[in-house]
Amino acid sequence: MPKIIKGNAIIDNDWQFVARDSDLPESGNLLVHFSQWLNAPSADGRALAPWIDSEDEFEAQAERLIKAPLIAVHFPTFMDGRGFSTARLLRERYGFTGELRAIGYVIQDQLFFLKRCGFDAYDLREGTDLENALRSLNDFTLTYQGATDSALPLFRQRG
Amino acid sequence: MYQYDHHDHRIVQERVSQFRDQTRRYLDGDITEQEFLPLRLQNGLYIQRLAPMLRIAVPYGMLSSRQLRKLAHIARTYDKGYAHFTTRQNIQFNWPNLEEVPDILAELAEVEMHAIQTSGNCIRNVTSDQFAGIAPDEIEDPRPWCEIIRQWSTFHPEFAYLPRKFKIAVSGSEQDRAAIQVHDIGLQLVRSDKGETGFKVLVGGGLGRTPVVGSVIREFLPWPHLLTYLEAILRVYNRYGRRDNKYKARIKILVKAWTPEVFAQKVEEEWQHHRDNPATLTTEEVTRTKRFFTEPAYRDISDTEAQQALSGQAEAELAFSKWLQRNVMPHRVPGYAAVTLSLKPTGVAPGDVTDKQLEAIAELADRYSFSEIRATHSQNLVLADVEKGQLYSLWREAKALGFATPNIGTLTDLICCPGGDFCSLANAKSIPIAEAIQRRFDDMDYLYDLGDLTLNISGCMNACGHHHVGNIGILGVDKKGEEFYQIQLGGSSDRDTALGTVLGPSFYQNEVPDVIEKIIDVYVQNRHDGEAFNDTFSRVGVDPFKERVYAKNH
Ligand code: SF4
Repeated sequence: MPKIIKGNAIIDNDWQFVARDSDLPESGNLLVHFSQWLNAPSADGRALAPWIDSEDEFEAQAERLIKAPLIAVHFPTFMDGRGFSTARLLRERYGFTGELRAIGYVIQDQLFFLKRCGFDAYDLREGTDLENALRSLNDFTLTYQGATDSALPLFRQRG
Repeated sequence: MYQYDHHDHRIVQERVSQFRDQTRRYLDGDITEQEFLPLRLQNGLYIQRLAPMLRIAVPYGMLSSRQLRKLAHIARTYDKGYAHFTTRQNIQFNWPNLEEVPDILAELAEVEMHAIQTSGNCIRNVTSDQFAGIAPDEIEDPRPWCEIIRQWSTFHPEFAYLPRKFKIAVSGSEQDRAAIQVHDIGLQLVRSDKGETGFKVLVGGGLGRTPVVGSVIREFLPWPHLLTYLEAILRVYNRYGRRDNKYKARIKILVKAWTPEVFAQKVEEEWQHHRDNPATLTTEEVTRTKRFFTEPAYRDISDTEAQQALSGQAEAELAFSKWLQRNVMPHRVPGYAAVTLSLKPTGVAPGDVTDKQLEAIAELADRYSFSEIRATHSQNLVLADVEKGQLYSLWREAKALGFATPNIGTLTDLICCPGGDFCSLANAKSIPIAEAIQRRFDDMDYLYDLGDLTLNISGCMNACGHHHVGNIGILGVDKKGEEFYQIQLGGSSDRDTALGTVLGPSFYQNEVPDVIEKIIDVYVQNRHDGEAFNDTFSRVGVDPFKERVYAKNH
């Protein structure tokens, strides 16, 4: 089974990504596009959770979305930084407390920033050495500005 | 100048280790070429036509003599013995080896320097006025605010993968020497009726392919809200800026598409969620930062006496008086002056310095200007705090070293990007054009007679040489694989930013000096007494210039 990083650990990825507007597989834990999930948040014999694409306007539905146990944010490419804002909005503005997973094309060297913006699960680009990647979660031990992880900027902590 | 504490040191050192590891993984094949691109760019590393190029941040242009000596050492050890000052107050090395870049960054960290966010689609090194803190027309010193923005933007987790690069400039004076109207965000320090400090906020200015002058979206932002408001602008841009076409991805395109009014409203809405959050600035933090930009230990000097002595020296030596006229600027403090060291002698690429010269400049800074140096937007260096009584001896020394070309602000003090000799994006060379023009206009008296005149050269649409805002702008273009040059007239980056008008069809390289000469002739024949180039140009229009330049058999 493919692996992901969750928190600080490497675990099995037991969620399967389902592309937009495609038929649901018969069984399993399935990530479906949030528009589909809002229409049908459950299905027989399957567990469903929503994913949001980088260009999606999701705020009008945010109150319902945050009831999901898991939300995945899709990065079409690692150069598309919209998902960082999406994550902060879900966590800080809408108070989502479940698992927030970065999926799509995300790379090891983004882990620290992803973590700061509120992600806690990372499905990294295929072929990544996950053992090695774990270190990148802690590339820095200190930050200048506040974010989801800690709202206090350094200037409120300098002694 | 700002000084690192253990926090700042730790962050920069952790960056060095991070990049060392990234470079190793790239060389091992664990990071693809495409993935390494933004990682190295955010560390200032380009892969150029001939070799990599490393761009090092000089935050708002301030350097200490110790840092200059380190740069000299890097130039000597890792490069071919020279460095290049850019139009954004940064410094570039043109020949480092990729494998050695982590070592260079480690050396820089020792002297509180780095290459963080000097390139890539992120918030870039914030720029300001080279005369900050000493300009007589200053409302407030912009540098503490620049430093606060620098820290906030450094490794901002949400804004490291923006649609496109993002540049912020801060001006603290009446005259805009930081070109805030052509930045993604321009901040003008202002005072309210009650004497409270704040910012006028402009967005959506920029040069490049679609040059635009920025729009004001807020007339007065009280200082405590600086960072939360910036955060709101950046979030709106990060979410809604175009990502489908890199030529339409700058914030200026979004501002234009939405209109500045709608953009301002979106920012205001977003800001309501950020307002008064912990990123709101505190008096303690601002006071702490301002402490680094206090006055050096100025001596009590009688300006009248100093000025008298100077006049005597100037009368006795014409060359010195010319240098005083062009290269010495007024200072807020009586008895002091700011001196621009010209990095534009004819025959040297504008902004280029050797390792030996860097060390010599460090020496001058130690002896004449409290060990500090500033890099300017026009690719020169400034010794900001020189006693008037020392100007003569400084001039003698600078002259011997080749930094006293008395051409500051004149036609030959031209701005020029590296162009086709170094830059892989170039359409055409720019350095040889600069040199040919400098050679053509080698008569100093004539240059003085022409007065203040800016000539800016870019080797392609990216406009690193700011050609749109030169009184005369030259742009390298490519036509079926051949290098041509388009000329623009009437640009300006002062208080009233203006974008130049294209003169007409472009020219071959060897035609350019003649064309410039004709343009200057038309100006000289048409100008009224003491009229500046742009004033003549707006009065008579582009036609007389066109007629002369494109006339048959001329
Ligand atoms: S203007 Fe073009 S040629 Fe000149 S440095 Fe910039 S990208 Fe290179």
